[in-house]
Amino acid sequence: MKIHLPNSAFLGNIDPFLRGFDPSAPDFLEITANNKWISVHPVVLSMIAALGLTVQSGDIRCEKFEARSKHYLVRMGLFKILKVVSGIRIVEHEAAGRFIPLTQIRTSDELTKFITEMIPLLHLEPEQAKTIGYIVSELARNVIEHAEAENGALLCAQYYKKSNSIRVGIADTGVGIKATINRSYSAETDLEAIRLALRPGITGATRREGGTEQNAGAGLFFIKSIASVNRDFFMIYSGKGFYKLLKKLPARKPRLQADPFEDRHSKGDDFPFWRGTLVGVDITLDQTEEFSLLLDAIRKTYSAAVRERRAARYRKPRFI
Amino acid sequence: MKQIPIAVRAGSFAENKDIARDIRVREIIPALESGEEVILDFERVDAATQSFIHALISDILRKYGSGVLDRVSFKSCNDTTQKIIGIVVDYMQEGM
Repeated sequence: MKIHLPNSAFLGNIDPFLRGFDPSAPDFLEITANNKWISVHPVVLSMIAALGLTVQSGDIRCEKFEARSKHYLVRMGLFKILKVVSGIRIVEHEAAGRFIPLTQIRTSDELTKFITEMIPLLHLEPEQAKTIGYIVSELARNVIEHAEAENGALLCAQYYKKSNSIRVGIADTGVGIKATINRSYSAETDLEAIRLALRPGITGATRREGGTEQNAGAGLFFIKSIASVNRDFFMIYSGKGFYKLLKKLPARKPRLQADPFEDRHSKGDDFPFWRGTLVGVDITLDQTEEFSLLLDAIRKTYSAAVRERRAARYRKPRFI
Repeated sequence: MKQIPIAVRAGSFAENKDIARDIRVREIIPALESGEEVILDFERVDAATQSFIHALISDILRKYGSGVLDRVSFKSCNDTTQKIIGIVVDYMQEGM
């Protein structure tokens, strides 16, 4: 496998970076980087960390980084998690208020501990901390419960002062969305599986309306809705499928859609194969919609989607 | 009447579905089976995820029908928790 850290890869321009990923030769990982400057979204680091854990550390070839911003990768714990000696020396500063370094989460209790101990490090307003905790919890629980990922979830987050936003990335190398959705549905492509997974009330655990006693199929819809209402980016990449919620135009009043393809988006079903799932989300803090108002919109959209599915299933008796 | 303090088990951010299932299976269902009314007390719960609330009550709604809401009440919920409970109750009843 080969991956190249570019000069810039954030959710707005992440497509070329993902398309450049070479998944061939899965027992070996080669990491290269732009030699001037590296500025990347946390999802990029989560992706590389997740990849690195699928190979022996001796089979990771990581070129000597020259970029001036290489220290950032050390601070985020990339080399530590890859067990690779970077040769980069840094003076560590207090992480509080700026970032959550790469963290591996494999169990439900590890996740609860992470949320309790790490989210407060971002020193957010209570309402904002609630939103970030919500996103992290739902995404990581998806991995723990559905992904069958030996290495669990790899996640990290970064606060960006200039845009007053938090960017979160989470990656796993499990079975991917198509395999989990197709336990109950029959999506033909990875992109179709992503589309189903983003709809409210659709879960691979059952086709029954309302889900199982433990799964409703609502987690990803909630997260996409949070990003949508706040006019932020959200991306999901699994198998060869890629979906990105684009920023809504400021003039328009955001409206939640049950079908992700009705939102302003970009997509592809021909990306390099990612074994597992990758999710990235941006949350701009100064325009974070009051969470309770968002819930009103979610309730309306969710109920309408359930009624629509029920109507589609309804059959009249045939009198012949 | 059985009162179940959620924060004691799930903390101020109620997100652990395993804990929700435990509360449902070990406390709520046995109480309902023995004819008791149940109060789920959300005092000191600042936030709860939809997944947590789903794991806590969806199976009860499915097992006993919407009439169970006459026997289960939700105490000291803040605005967002009330709304999340409302969403779960809505989609469970819509899907019945």
